[in-house]
Amino acid sequence: MESHILSLVIWVPIFAGLAVLAIGDRQPQAARVLALIGALAGLLVALPLWTRFDRGVADFQFMELTPWIDSFHVNYHLGIDGMSLLLILLNCITTVLVVIAGWEVIKERVSQYMAAFLILSGFMNGVFCALDALLFYVFFEATLIPMFIIIGVWGGPNRVYAAVKFFLYTLMGSLLSLVALIYLFSVSGGSFSLLDFYDVQLPIGAQKLIFMAFMVAFAVKVPMWPVHTWLPDAHVEAPTGGSVVLAAIMLKLGGYGFLRLSLPIVPDASHELAGFVIALSLIAVVYIGLVALVQADMKKLIAYSSISHMGFVTLGIFIFSAQGLEGAILQMVSHGFISAAMFLCVGVMYDRMHSRLIADYGGVANKMPVFAALFMLFAMANSGLPGTSGFVGEWLVILATMKVSFWYTALAATTLIFGAAYTLWMYKRVIFGAVTNPHVEELTDLSRREMLVLGVLAVAVLAMGLWPAPLGEVLHESVGEILRLAAPGRKLLIGL
Amino acid sequence: MEFITPFMPACAEAFLLAMVCIILLLDLFVPDERRWITYALTLATLLGCFLITGFTDWGGEIYSFSGMFVADPMANILKLAIYITVAVVLVYSQAYIRARGMFRGEFFVLALFAMLGMMVMVSANHLLTLYLGLELLSLSLYAMIALQRDSAVATEAAMKYFVLGALASGMLLYGMSMMYGATGTLELTRMAAVIASDSADSTILLFALVFIVAGLGFKLSAVPFHMWVPDVYQGAPTAVTLFIGSAPKLAAFAFVMRLLVSGMGGAGAEYLIAQWQWMLIIMAVLSLAIGNIAAIAQTNLKRMLAYSTISHMGFLLLGVLAGGNDGYASAMFYVIVYVLMTLGTFGMILLLSRAGFEADQLDDFRGLNARSPWYAFMMLLLMFSMAGVPPAVGFYAKLSVLWAVVDAGFVWLAVIAVVFSLIGAFYYLRIVKLMYFDEPVDRSPLAPSTSMRWVLSANGMAMLVLGILPGGLMALCEYSIALSLR
Repeated sequence: MESHILSLVIWVPIFAGLAVLAIGDRQPQAARVLALIGALAGLLVALPLWTRFDRGVADFQFMELTPWIDSFHVNYHLGIDGMSLLLILLNCITTVLVVIAGWEVIKERVSQYMAAFLILSGFMNGVFCALDALLFYVFFEATLIPMFIIIGVWGGPNRVYAAVKFFLYTLMGSLLSLVALIYLFSVSGGSFSLLDFYDVQLPIGAQKLIFMAFMVAFAVKVPMWPVHTWLPDAHVEAPTGGSVVLAAIMLKLGGYGFLRLSLPIVPDASHELAGFVIALSLIAVVYIGLVALVQADMKKLIAYSSISHMGFVTLGIFIFSAQGLEGAILQMVSHGFISAAMFLCVGVMYDRMHSRLIADYGGVANKMPVFAALFMLFAMANSGLPGTSGFVGEWLVILATMKVSFWYTALAATTLIFGAAYTLWMYKRVIFGAVTNPHVEELTDLSRREMLVLGVLAVAVLAMGLWPAPLGEVLHESVGEILRLAAPGRKLLIGL
Repeated sequence: MEFITPFMPACAEAFLLAMVCIILLLDLFVPDERRWITYALTLATLLGCFLITGFTDWGGEIYSFSGMFVADPMANILKLAIYITVAVVLVYSQAYIRARGMFRGEFFVLALFAMLGMMVMVSANHLLTLYLGLELLSLSLYAMIALQRDSAVATEAAMKYFVLGALASGMLLYGMSMMYGATGTLELTRMAAVIASDSADSTILLFALVFIVAGLGFKLSAVPFHMWVPDVYQGAPTAVTLFIGSAPKLAAFAFVMRLLVSGMGGAGAEYLIAQWQWMLIIMAVLSLAIGNIAAIAQTNLKRMLAYSTISHMGFLLLGVLAGGNDGYASAMFYVIVYVLMTLGTFGMILLLSRAGFEADQLDDFRGLNARSPWYAFMMLLLMFSMAGVPPAVGFYAKLSVLWAVVDAGFVWLAVIAVVFSLIGAFYYLRIVKLMYFDEPVDRSPLAPSTSMRWVLSANGMAMLVLGILPGGLMALCEYSIALSLR
């Protein structure tokens, strides 16, 4: 029996978004309520994926296959493994939180705001479900449009620059990968199916070129040093919800792309160029960690911390061990929760003070004790404290790295120091100390709505930190399958 | 009744010609306030043509008039596209030309004559028929541009277009005459046979080829023969620019296919194919480069779209030069999608224009989202389609061309093409930015007529619908190419 859960997961948010759009801006409250219903419905249809997912099977599950464009043999081909499952759930949860978080804060063009997030959520689910390269690419690119609008319309003063930079950077990356996909289409004998791409034999030269084309696309998305510069700009200018989705989900598209496309399609080039990617990852971890230390703007600080944490993801991927891969995926999920929470915390303060500068704060704990406590938890998680989700992924990646090289590990482990330093130092300056700014005196503690959003994230961060086993179970077989596909020499064509 | 037989494949053309004469005469007796009669008759004529072509024999290539005329599936589909395009153009233009005193019989008659020219071009299998169609089209266009005779810019544009167009026609004729000298025939299919038999002098053929390609370059507005495009696009009344930028491109595509592919691209003409392939590569790359880069610097939307047209023609040439049925089908798909996008975009300019006010500056789109979210959304779809961002249909047009190019072994050309598309994305994005991120300067509400509202909405939504389900149109192009030009 063919199930249509994945189609629902993709299209329910998109149609809900279109319905919200149709309401128009004259009835903002109706738009908010409908958007919440749509986001909850999106989460609801995704829940069966978790319960019905067969943990003992490495194959793709919940497959759907319908011909889409006959002349190109493109199929509407969906299916998920454990990695996609986790990211889809993360996406659905985040969408609900973002809708709630924007409830009162967004006052202009409410319906368009809510619709953009719902549609974006559907597109991103599409990326995680697609098993056809063209379908993957279409969803991958389509995510740019709503995000461009979100940053540009509801963003900060320099939003136009940030939006255009975001769009062109990511478009540049993906266009080259399009050429690579078309090339693969030609050599695979006229199929865009990822499963067929996994079996194509390729000479090493071609593999390297394809790898580089993919690399540009995904490295921009992750983002890896040195193509990370769009991210701080985008984060600083984006509205809180935009930053949350950007950090929690959109960056994961890059890591996901590496695992779904680069490793299995061009394993030999991946192995050969792994050193290069690891070097870039370590630079991100160390150097960007230092950059984060000196930021005066909280959002920028968190943006740089994201880049640094995503360095762990790429590091874990290119270690090519089950531990490393699982660590990388768990790190993606955990970063999704933590970065979302951190941006929401900054958003909470920004809504009250209209400033993101650390220097404008101090002594917030006196006025917002509950907030300070929650923020503390997230700050600790961001610096990788054991017992929080931030620890799990980083620890696994560090363990896996240790088996490869001591020096990699030594460099990677510096994040435990830098991460703690920049996060906690910021926390100290913002939350503790005497109240110097008169505006801080007027602060009020969390509203019930804010409490709900941050509370959910706090539970998620703690649960994942204390008991990560269920996630590991889901990932186990899928990671094994990716590693099997990524084995060197499996599809190397020699003699050309 | 013997003499009727050759007319059968050309039934639509004959019907159109008869109707144009009737409209021309009738219009003399129609008073100004009832001019809508002419408009309605014109649309009815288009509907009639549509039905006639739709119900003719689609079996394959039917030759007529001793091989001067051919009706094949490619011609039929292009003709259907031309009818729809012209009808949409008329609907969009109606309010605009009414406000500028151009709502006269001449406009409609000239448009129909131009369309007749296009149909002849599309179905020509003979250098003379080709040239006849081309001149009928061009002369009607010159007159249409100059229709607003008090406008200095329009007259200047018409003059420029006329002089350069005449030059291009001259080149083309010169090339054709050499072609005749080398092969001894004007009929394209016979010409291909002579070239394949290797009995023609290759030096003369090569010379002929250079002149013909130059002439085609003019008509397609490809670099380095693009100088007239920005000035004409900007100077002509927007309704006429819409006309010039849309339907004739379909005819120009057919023109290229007939001349290069069926005339000089058959089996046995490998030497010539290699020659024109390289000429087209140079023209395509230059068009992509200059079109996309120069568009960035424009502040006038019509001028910007002119450069964008040039870059799109570069893409079209890529499809043609990739060769093979896939390449030609991709180029055909591209040109149809391009015409749809152009229609919508100029339709938006016409929508924003009022009596005495041309909305042809980029700034006129400022804050459109605040004035009308629906039309802003339509324009958003059109712009992302032009930029080639999925899920808009423009992406699939670019994709199919790129695929043909990669398949033909030109991976580097594909890389160049995507790099310039990236540059191109910037100026399309700028319009989206103006519409969504900026506050409106002019807050007057939009008041389109009912027909305009529906057609423009359908046009915009087509970007999305065809983007989600592009398979049908692609298959149609492949089918028609496979059954034609054998």
